[in-house]
Amino acid sequence: MSGNFSDRGVKQSIDWKLVIAYLLLIIIGWVNIYASIHSDGPASIFDFNYRCGKQFVWILTSLGLAVFILFALNPQFWQSASLPLYLGVLGLLVAVIFLGVEVKGSRSWFEFGPVRFQPAEVSKITTSLLLATVLSQTNFKITRLKDLLLVALVIGVPMLVILAESETGSALVYIGFIFVMYREGFSGWWLFCIGMAILLFILTLTASPVVSLLVLIGVIMVCAVISSGRLETTTWINLGIFILLCLVPLLMGLAKPDSFLHKIKPMYVLTGLAVCAAFFFIYRGYKNRNRFLSLSSLGLLAGIALIFSTDFIFNNVLQDHQRKRIEVLLGMKDDPAGVGYNVNQSMIAIGSGGLFGKGFLNGTQTTFGFVPEQSTDFIFCTVGEEWGFLGCFIVIILYVFMIWRIIVDAEKSRESFTRIYGYCVAACIFMHLFINIGMTIGLMPVIGIPLPLLSYGGSSLWAFTVLIFIFVALYRQEKKYY
Amino acid sequence: MLIGLVVVAAIILGKLFYIQIIDNKYKINASNNSMVYDIIYPTRGIIYDRNGKIIVSNKVTYDILVTPREVQPFDTLMLASALEVEPSFIKEKMDEYAKNRRKIGYQSVVMLKQIKPETYMKFAELQYNFPGFRGQVRSIRDYPVNAGGNLLGYVSEVDQNYIDNHPGEYRPGDYAGKTGIEAAREKDLRGEKGYHIYLRNSRNQIEQRYKDGEMDKEAVPGHDIVTTIDADLQQYGQQLMRNKVGSLVAIEPKTGEILTLVSSPGVDVSMLADISQHYNEILKDPHKPMFNRAVQAPYPPGSVFKLVNGLIGLQEGTLNTTVAYPCNHGYHFGNHKLGCHGHRSPLRLEEAIMMSCNGYFCYVLKNILENKKYKSIDDALDKWNDYVQSFGFGHKLGSDFPAELGGTLPTSKMYNKRYGKGGWKFTTIISISIGQGEVGVTPLQIANLSATVANRGWYRIPHIVKASEGVEIDPKYYEKQYTMVDTTNFKKVIKGMWRAVNNGKGTGCTAAIAEVKGLDICGKTGTAQNPRGADNSVFICFAPMDDPKIAVAAYVENAGFGATWAAPIASLLIEKYLKGETSRPDLEERVMRGNLMSRVKAYK
Repeated sequence: MSGNFSDRGVKQSIDWKLVIAYLLLIIIGWVNIYASIHSDGPASIFDFNYRCGKQFVWILTSLGLAVFILFALNPQFWQSASLPLYLGVLGLLVAVIFLGVEVKGSRSWFEFGPVRFQPAEVSKITTSLLLATVLSQTNFKITRLKDLLLVALVIGVPMLVILAESETGSALVYIGFIFVMYREGFSGWWLFCIGMAILLFILTLTASPVVSLLVLIGVIMVCAVISSGRLETTTWINLGIFILLCLVPLLMGLAKPDSFLHKIKPMYVLTGLAVCAAFFFIYRGYKNRNRFLSLSSLGLLAGIALIFSTDFIFNNVLQDHQRKRIEVLLGMKDDPAGVGYNVNQSMIAIGSGGLFGKGFLNGTQTTFGFVPEQSTDFIFCTVGEEWGFLGCFIVIILYVFMIWRIIVDAEKSRESFTRIYGYCVAACIFMHLFINIGMTIGLMPVIGIPLPLLSYGGSSLWAFTVLIFIFVALYRQEKKYY
Repeated sequence: MLIGLVVVAAIILGKLFYIQIIDNKYKINASNNSMVYDIIYPTRGIIYDRNGKIIVSNKVTYDILVTPREVQPFDTLMLASALEVEPSFIKEKMDEYAKNRRKIGYQSVVMLKQIKPETYMKFAELQYNFPGFRGQVRSIRDYPVNAGGNLLGYVSEVDQNYIDNHPGEYRPGDYAGKTGIEAAREKDLRGEKGYHIYLRNSRNQIEQRYKDGEMDKEAVPGHDIVTTIDADLQQYGQQLMRNKVGSLVAIEPKTGEILTLVSSPGVDVSMLADISQHYNEILKDPHKPMFNRAVQAPYPPGSVFKLVNGLIGLQEGTLNTTVAYPCNHGYHFGNHKLGCHGHRSPLRLEEAIMMSCNGYFCYVLKNILENKKYKSIDDALDKWNDYVQSFGFGHKLGSDFPAELGGTLPTSKMYNKRYGKGGWKFTTIISISIGQGEVGVTPLQIANLSATVANRGWYRIPHIVKASEGVEIDPKYYEKQYTMVDTTNFKKVIKGMWRAVNNGKGTGCTAAIAEVKGLDICGKTGTAQNPRGADNSVFICFAPMDDPKIAVAAYVENAGFGATWAAPIASLLIEKYLKGETSRPDLEERVMRGNLMSRVKAYK
């Protein structure tokens, strides 16, 4: 906290650095939307017939919203209204499935004449608010199962509804709330488990279930070694067992074609061994009151279940286009003209930008319309092509600065509600940033999700404006009164 | 948590750095992506005959292209009548495009190929009614002279296999010569493709010319080819061979230039321009019109091969023109006999050639193979093989005609394998003395024999392309290929050949039918056994005797005696070439009307 308590006017109490980063990003977005539709004709950037002109209107209204939130509303309102707002938006989320219009395979938009509105965007705000309300209650303890279930409910219900709308991208953003929970005392092991689950899923699909299983066993062994305390002896024992297990598939591959060993798959042998070991250690852990041993053994069982169900999830739970996108991303299928088209085109656009870019309005890939959805989900391509690595660097630094600023402000705040809400905002922006830019440069599968503040679209811009400025208002109020 | 943020930002920036600065792959792609190379196809070279007459040229047709995404509802009946197709055809096509709309996307597809300019004009007038439809000019081959499909060859779209075999030269949609002269001289005829570069958007719409056409490359037309073919003679040869199965080849002896090369039945030139339309029809034809008999069919040469054996005998000294051999309706050995027709006996070489005596030539080969000079019959036969090879038999002649075959010649190794070492003697292989048995030669090789005899001992490799401006031919075609037989020995044989034609009817000469007063045609008949029915009729000849201008081989399957069909065909061809017209209308009519197709067993 800065030490200057003497002059606490309105101007000083707002985090202007955050607001400037916000303003810079929306202006960058606006200019690049203009560039991305430039080939349609030499229209003015204010022409309302085009997306850039419309975006100008969205920007003006967003600024109006920001001013309204900052100066007209009592920040206390958000905490008290969080539950009704949450339930209201949840109602909209369900209603849109039945009443909405279908856009690109997902039913998540309400249409009022020329204006389309996506409740999923607003749901991020209300979920953040309710999450902050729940987590900031004085008697709340995340380690308690009842409270944990409550939090899971707050996050999980809208997430599932959004999944039902086939808006997988927006649903993925909710995973970001785990970081918030982590900050509020949620065990890091859970983060670790989720990371492991994703790793195993990818390994099972790209390499083979055997490799995936061996990795799982290896990781569990490392955990066991670290937790046991007797580092030296356990390391050697575990290493020896692990090498022996690795040799199993190799040796079985060498067996004679018609022998008994050849007929049983190494996968089942390893699984059998692992399951037996897991039950043995669960029993031992229970007897020795070694909770870690039991839990890690349970983890092993869960991991095996995941590996076996991956095939099922991949082929039966995921939708066709999502499966194809994952296949392309993981390099299982190369398909530059089909599903991989978007990624390929977007990487070409960004890659061709070089260090300094081709210059404003000079991009050939984006202005000639090679990149689909370029003013919305793929706006980053225009940045990459016309402004080069330098432009991308500046944009990413602006985002990082913004998220960093929000987290720093949140940590400074004395109200736990403000702190938790700040973390929610940071997590939302972070998830959007990572998924969106990740997909344009081939780090993530193509999941339709806008780049905050840059992408064209009223719903998205309004939602992020409200999301950010609620935090700015909450933080300002604190500064004002302390 | 902040560390995590920085790590993620670093990963993203790292990847960006990699694709924007380090990896060049995406930059190369980017220029491909926005620049569209509109390929300009060069006009294919024209093919001329030896006298400057055009045998193959180009003509304009139109393809009708459709861009299904741009098509709006239209009057099917009006379009059908403009394009002269059934309305159901258009309906079918549009249904097909609708079914494949995802695959087609914004591309154009060919709906109708090679429509006539008149039809296109009708369509062009109404085109504004049919958005999404347009015509595209295409140049196809035109054949003013019916010079035969097997000789000229056809041009068709390259398939993947062809592209793979010619790396870097072709792209899908290109055309290439596949057979005949078109294939032999593909590199000269095709020219160089050019391109115009345009900038386009992802909907495949052209936006503008790249750098105002500065980087464009114009197409370079293909080289014209002058062939050695005489178009009139070729056409006349086609007429003579109509409704017969076999080949007719004429060579200018001094140069080795092929004047005429007919393979009958052949692919009609009217089918050549659009061969793919007729492909099934051609494949189904039981007489295999695509099979170029003139260069690919290994036939037994029959009695014309006696000339070769006679020449070898003379050169080896085992045959003397003054010695006469008896023939009592053939050559008798043990209980067997190699039969001969009735004629006076005994005979000397000249008369033996004139009358085509089988018995005489059995002695000729017997003396060659049982020559004391050689340790065994093996050595003698291999020496004989060397001699025959020097006449251009038993291996590919090396003509510039694609897919030429070399035929077969027996060797001692072959007989040893079949009969065991020492298990065979002259009488075992007696049939090769009269050009039967293991001897297999192509009509081109027989014609080359005729030219070799006409030249008295040497030949130039037969070829179909002449050197002309910008087109070179292999220097080997200028070199004389000498046989292992001396010129003086050829003179002795030629006398017999002259008498075979000009000795006068009733004197026992076999080819009196080929005689033309004043032309001094020298010839030799052949009647080769054909396991698939009646004998093949064979005749070789050249004229005039003292200054040969043309050497001919006619080979007609299942046509009987050499004198019945092959001799008049060859004789008429020579007369036409040397005199410009023929003087024997009755004979000409008999030949042209003759239909021997029913005698030929069809291939299944």
